[in-house]
Amino acid sequence: MTAPSVRSIPGVVAAGRARAGVELRAAFRNKQALVFTMLFPVLMLVILGSIFSGEIGDTGVDFKQVFIAGIVAAGVMSVAFSGLAISIALERDRGLLRRLGATPMPRSAYFVGKVVRVAVTVVLETAVLLTLAVALFHLPLPSDAGRWVTLAWVLVLGTVCCALLAIAYSSLIPNAAAAAAIVTPPFIALQFISGVFFPFGQLPHWMQTVASFFPLSWMAKGFRSVFLPDSFARTEPTGLWEHGHIALVLGLWTVAMLVVTLLTFRWKSSRVR
Amino acid sequence: MTTFPQLIPGLRPASGSSDPAGTEAAIVVTDLHKRYGSFRAVDGVELVIPAGQVFALLGPNGAGKTTTVEILQGFRSRDAGAVRVLGVDPASGGRRWRARIGVVPQSTGCYDDLTVREVVQHFASLYPAPLPAAQVIDMVGLSGKARARAAQLSGGQQRRLDVAVGVVGDPDLIFLDEPTTGLDPVARREAWDLVRFFADRGTTTLLTTHYLEEAQALATEAAVIVAGRVIDHGPVHDIGHAATAPTRISFTLPAGAGRADFAAWPDFSADAPPGIALFVTDRPTATLGRILDWSTRHRLGELADLQVHRPTLEDSYLSLLHAHAASSPEEQR
Repeated sequence: MTAPSVRSIPGVVAAGRARAGVELRAAFRNKQALVFTMLFPVLMLVILGSIFSGEIGDTGVDFKQVFIAGIVAAGVMSVAFSGLAISIALERDRGLLRRLGATPMPRSAYFVGKVVRVAVTVVLETAVLLTLAVALFHLPLPSDAGRWVTLAWVLVLGTVCCALLAIAYSSLIPNAAAAAAIVTPPFIALQFISGVFFPFGQLPHWMQTVASFFPLSWMAKGFRSVFLPDSFARTEPTGLWEHGHIALVLGLWTVAMLVVTLLTFRWKSSRVR
Repeated sequence: MTTFPQLIPGLRPASGSSDPAGTEAAIVVTDLHKRYGSFRAVDGVELVIPAGQVFALLGPNGAGKTTTVEILQGFRSRDAGAVRVLGVDPASGGRRWRARIGVVPQSTGCYDDLTVREVVQHFASLYPAPLPAAQVIDMVGLSGKARARAAQLSGGQQRRLDVAVGVVGDPDLIFLDEPTTGLDPVARREAWDLVRFFADRGTTTLLTTHYLEEAQALATEAAVIVAGRVIDHGPVHDIGHAATAPTRISFTLPAGAGRADFAAWPDFSADAPPGIALFVTDRPTATLGRILDWSTRHRLGELADLQVHRPTLEDSYLSLLHAHAASSPEEQR
């Protein structure tokens, strides 16, 4: 029973791997939660995709395809923001965080596990959405390597940004019962003002302005630049795809939410004794 | 841990400890304060808990037990006072310190989608030198449930899984916050055996409990916390000594005798059901002598239902709590 040396305590790699393993096992074992997280965007895609039709202005682009780009962004946010924020609130309220916080686990390992779980789920979600979009609505897949690269980096940056937003936002959730009520309304409101259900260029000016402060509109714009012809960019408020802007806004949100997390993350709910 | 012995001078060595390093106090608390708004949850707590001992922290709900324990675990900040847990201030306890501490919180944890074995193995993988997961599962009596999902366990079984998670790191110090609340009598005995197992290894255990019986069964020393203060502290069989409850003597009044017969007796109590004579006394032998004299004088023969009720430890403990409540009503929230 001698005191262990620092070196022998599992570090962030070993503990992070252990957390990721447990997270993935739980994610795929809990079919209900998996289906619930994935199903919302899929239903939206199938139902609204079947309703929406018609060319947008004289762009030659069917609104369905604009909508698909938006729903891919909403899918990322559903998994990485809503799903993650609710699961952290549950784990805090049920005392799992308190127990992990009492172990010598490096605290970052918990977030490593969460990010791995979210990343795998986002890839799965996006693959399902794109498969359905191609099969049902004849969405043309990205036509060149550059567009695939854009898809990849918007997906990665959007996921990390939404995940950190979720981790920071979870501190506002007082208990498990309130989680869905506190997480879902802002997510739904953001979808409406960020050009997921309506062409962004046709939204009122003030709505575009408000939406431009949040990540979802930039993610949707990024995916539009992947799936729509370059000529469609002229319907954007600035007439450009603005990849630099997208990366900047998502990056700023990521850093800001990391700082908020470091300052406010609680391992113990005040209700957990 | 070279600084550990020097940090805590002049403390008793633990008796019967098999821990070669555990010859000093495991926990030292000096003048600890914590308030929530204007409510003083912890109001000057002093504790010394020798290494290698099972120490019970007793007290009613809301007395400040859990707040104190959470400060000791590093989960809560303190307003004032000095705290040393295994020689370290919990407010700055790092990973090496946490590796030596096991925590079983009051509320039951939730591990939903994992099996018992996966949960215990996972927590074991976070420690430098854990006990074998299978052994710990066996010790808490969950071997038959090792492959069951945690969500499918009964309340008592989940509590045992909690204990397994708390001790799998083979800690030097275990915090058990009301570990047996909600357990059936068999499961409670098993939990007690587990505490004794770790005590035999020289592990220090801080046990928070409502049950004096539990403290008596497991602990060598105990402290009683009421309204944020330690009101009694010492060997567990002496708890309540400071406020020894009086002995109660009672019998059924025989025909022809009335309460008026005892009106002049100082130890006679009117606080009894009709037809019963009750005496509350600190000198039971003297009182009993007078009762027997009286009975002989009136030729009453055998007194029906004659009972001499000596205070149990439980009574002493309760009278200690009552005495405190009476002396400082403003502190009872």
